[in-house]
Amino acid sequence: MNTALSWIKAYVPELSCTDQEYCDAMTLSGTKVEGYERLDKNLEKIVVGQIDKIEKHPDADKLIVCQVNIGTESVQIVTGAPNVKEGDKVPVVLDGGKVAGGHDGGPMPEDGIVIKAGKLRGVPSNGMMCSIEELGSSRDMYPEAPEYGIYIFPEDTKVGADAIEVLGLRDTVFEYEITSNRVDCYSVVGVAREAAATFGKEFKAPDVTVKGNGEDVNDYIKVRVDDPDLCTRYCARVIKNIKIAPSPKWMQRRLAASGIRPINNLVDITNYVMEEYGQPMHAFDLDTVAGRQIIVRRAKDGDEFQTLDGQMRKMDSDVLMICDAEKEIGIAGIMGGENSKITDDVKTVLFEAAVFNGPNIRKSAKRIGLRTDASGKFEKGLDERNAETAINRACQLIEELGCGEVVGGMVDVKEPLKPLVELPFEPEKYNALLGTGIPAEDMLRIFEKIELEYHKDTNTITIPSFRQDLLGRADLAEEVARFYGYDKIPTTLPSGEATTGKLSYKLRIEQKARDIAEYCGFSQGMCYSFESPKVFDKLLIPADDVLRKTVTISNPLGEDFSVMRTISLNGMLTSLATNYNRRNKDVKLYELGNIYLPKSVPVTELPDERMQFTLGFYGEGDFFTMKGVIEEFFDCIGMRKAPEYDPDSKKSFLHPGRQANIVYEGTVVGYLGEVHPEVCDNYDLGTRAYVAVLDMPSIEGFTTFDRKYVGIARFPAVKRDISMVVPKEILVGQIEAMIRQRSGKILESLELFDVYEGDQIKDGFKSVAYSVTFRAGDRTLEENDITAVMKKILNGLSGMGIELRQ
Amino acid sequence: MKEKLEQIKAEALGKISAAASLDDLNEVRITQLGKKGALTGILKSMKDVAPEERPKIGQLVNEARADIEAALEKAKTEMERKVREAKLKKEVIDVTLPAKKNNVGHRHPNTIALEEVERIFVGMGYEVVEGPEVERDYYNFEALNIPADHPAKDEQDTFYVNGDILLRTQTSSTQVHEMEKGKLPIRMIAPGRVFRSDEVDATHSPSFHQIEGLVIDKNITFADLKGTLAEFAKELFGEKTKVKFRPHHFPFTEPSAEVDVTCFKCGGSGCRFCKGSGWIEILGCGMVHPHVLEMSGIDPEEYTGFAFGVGLERIALLKYEIDDMRLLYENDIRFLKQF
Repeated sequence: MNTALSWIKAYVPELSCTDQEYCDAMTLSGTKVEGYERLDKNLEKIVVGQIDKIEKHPDADKLIVCQVNIGTESVQIVTGAPNVKEGDKVPVVLDGGKVAGGHDGGPMPEDGIVIKAGKLRGVPSNGMMCSIEELGSSRDMYPEAPEYGIYIFPEDTKVGADAIEVLGLRDTVFEYEITSNRVDCYSVVGVAREAAATFGKEFKAPDVTVKGNGEDVNDYIKVRVDDPDLCTRYCARVIKNIKIAPSPKWMQRRLAASGIRPINNLVDITNYVMEEYGQPMHAFDLDTVAGRQIIVRRAKDGDEFQTLDGQMRKMDSDVLMICDAEKEIGIAGIMGGENSKITDDVKTVLFEAAVFNGPNIRKSAKRIGLRTDASGKFEKGLDERNAETAINRACQLIEELGCGEVVGGMVDVKEPLKPLVELPFEPEKYNALLGTGIPAEDMLRIFEKIELEYHKDTNTITIPSFRQDLLGRADLAEEVARFYGYDKIPTTLPSGEATTGKLSYKLRIEQKARDIAEYCGFSQGMCYSFESPKVFDKLLIPADDVLRKTVTISNPLGEDFSVMRTISLNGMLTSLATNYNRRNKDVKLYELGNIYLPKSVPVTELPDERMQFTLGFYGEGDFFTMKGVIEEFFDCIGMRKAPEYDPDSKKSFLHPGRQANIVYEGTVVGYLGEVHPEVCDNYDLGTRAYVAVLDMPSIEGFTTFDRKYVGIARFPAVKRDISMVVPKEILVGQIEAMIRQRSGKILESLELFDVYEGDQIKDGFKSVAYSVTFRAGDRTLEENDITAVMKKILNGLSGMGIELRQ
Repeated sequence: MKEKLEQIKAEALGKISAAASLDDLNEVRITQLGKKGALTGILKSMKDVAPEERPKIGQLVNEARADIEAALEKAKTEMERKVREAKLKKEVIDVTLPAKKNNVGHRHPNTIALEEVERIFVGMGYEVVEGPEVERDYYNFEALNIPADHPAKDEQDTFYVNGDILLRTQTSSTQVHEMEKGKLPIRMIAPGRVFRSDEVDATHSPSFHQIEGLVIDKNITFADLKGTLAEFAKELFGEKTKVKFRPHHFPFTEPSAEVDVTCFKCGGSGCRFCKGSGWIEILGCGMVHPHVLEMSGIDPEEYTGFAFGVGLERIALLKYEIDDMRLLYENDIRFLKQF
């Protein structure tokens, strides 16, 4: 909300502070000032001058030479402006003065433009006459200003006066961020009340009185509300003998500062009251209201209605309409109808100030696709008592501005007004919540300033109807705190029972995952949780795969963000491709993030959120580099048994011959592999890439941070190398499993030191060599121990069709 | 005999001082002191010496041997020192040649900021917990005092799966889960991912992170909230950081506040970074609304509490001067390596 400070001061006349002081104090008492703008910024040495004489420039067709009386002297000014004539009173910036912008109304320079005396085509010019744009404003604010040319003051303007003052630009516009609970502060009166309380000054609300003409409004109009659940109060008054004219300058300035374009007295008064009291008003041409009757009722499904902007709009039975005896004439709280709109020929006007159901207006505005200033106010839920004040204020202004004749009386159709809220006064409870020792009488002084009434006999506080946000003890404690000053409340630390600070076990494992990934050279990335359903095609995931069953967002930002991911690879591959295409070398990334597996489709319960530890890289390294990271990680989180790798992992997105499930104690806990070249192509990734995904919930049960020291071996080890020729289809994993199983406890380690396929090896076979180390914890191994175990191993090998290499 | 001894000794010492290598010295040892050496020769000819002269001669021989051995030892030590020096001289390297790095990976700036925050609160006795990202309407809104018709529930901001299930818009939902567990007192922080329907640009992302804090106990006050967050700000942004509490409104806290900290770039004097104000807004907080406590089964007459919510990206962007939020989700290694 934007409001000129002068308007606030109209209701807090004693208010005296700098703009910055006002900004800081209001923000600290809860009316946040987003920013402010001085309207006289960069406007210096500008006075009202009168053009005494105009002559042609001797050397330029488009220039004229003016003698301008500025009260104390006459100055010569050369101008190219087309609209001035002798006798005109104009704003004149004198030598050394400043204007805010250029005459074209383009962006204004930060420090304004300095005007200096000089010569124009050889003729001295000692200042400049200004257009409204040069004064930092626009024709929206000053509709009387000419489209091109110098601003002309009214004839009765005093020559030599401060032109900025005359224009009403000695003012500052403040922009407030009003919180949604303070409906009352979406109005000048509401903010002024806060300002008065903040600065401890008197608040003087407008004194609203309407004379009326002695006639009875009921002779002019009848009102019936058929849907009181959506309209709790409907106030109507009638104005006759309307005289449309421009509204006075002071009203135009205030509206313009609030960002509302002045139009004419009638429209400006309704807008003015909406700003001043926060109550939207509507004006109907009473002569277009059939049967002189207003009926407030729901629309029918499928009705069409033309709003006053000329658009046809579709209604439904949840939209509230304002109707006359025959037809619909307005959408309640949103916009009036083309068929009842005010024209310049209007004679009699019906003013409406109503209270409509906030949520209904919000939803209707959304469905119809038409959000207006009025609907924005109504949707917050307005104060029923305020409607009456507002309509009377509008009528008062009608009378004061001579805009028409107000018919006596007000039609008032309403549900019983909600009783005012009464709350107990509990000073010690407020202090207990705030951690303060504020005396009760100080609290009452604060309450008085914001019109909360204390009753000594019942020890209660009556909450005024405009403070719909004050419902309980905590709310009153906040009022005390706001005006006592948040900054004066002490700072302490919670006392009471000590608690242990810690990470959950799951988070500790994730922390280890990050540590290990980084030790191994992987940097952490972050990816979105939602992605496109096309991802499954890019990853070659079969049409009937369960991964395609997703949690789907009903109102996504677009298809690309529409499904919650069921696999973490898309983000990783996209990130790798981004790096690849930016020519970054040897990129290693990891990510810790959830996938979301629906328990049923359509989704009726919360999905299974599973943390995935995803690693990916291209450049230096291969499949076994990735395998190394996995095993380092397992080792670090207490998974000390050797994991198994099952090549039959059937991942469509991985190279069919270079992929494996990671199996730990019989459970598949993840997979790794080289990305399928076709998938690489789909991601525009022109190199081999390797990925691994660990399903953290599957791992957690195997992890431990417990460690036990095992004595360092004191007895000597015996080492044997075994070199063999192995049928190609046998995996070294199978050989290792056999050796481990047959060696028993004395096997210390098993190290593969050579795998070879090629010239010296017959077709269909590979050469494999192991170095096997035996050691006993309690004795030195004898030759016959070794012979026995080696015999078992060799038997096992020949059982697998493996020959020893000669 | 005596003269001969002197002669042997002189010859040996001469050879020692002339020796150019350890081998030369060894040669002296063998030729002078060895089994077939000159001194040994003297001893062998002792039988020709008169018996009464023998002890004297023997003593002279031993003295000569000791002198030679001492000279040998000294020369050897000196020689070894020279050899080592020569070797060290030969081994000089250019220390400005490039380092051989292990190429350790880097943590995401979000995570670094998160771990900072976690460290501070864990130190103050807070437990770090998590809640679901896909959440029920009740936990994200209703239980936080945001009823069905509340504008904050507007579909413009919230991603819905269906009428009842949505992507959480705030980590505050985790508050409710913790309170429902019924274990008091509570001191927790809950970091996590949240979602809002904002188009991607330099300052917005449809997915970002928050850290929620909640303390519930007997006699918790607004002053405790102020003290806790002042402590937090000092830990995170430096000892000189000041905090400012401004009244604000959140449906689930009352009284509520927004918190500004003195700009950590200019220290509060005003700069481009804080848009000249000297202050930077970092979080929202307040005393848990009694109605929220009640809905989760906690008696507001007996217990009070405070809650706060911090935007993680906001902290990371501020702390590391990152000017475009999109960088956080692009995962360009040249960006990540800077943290």
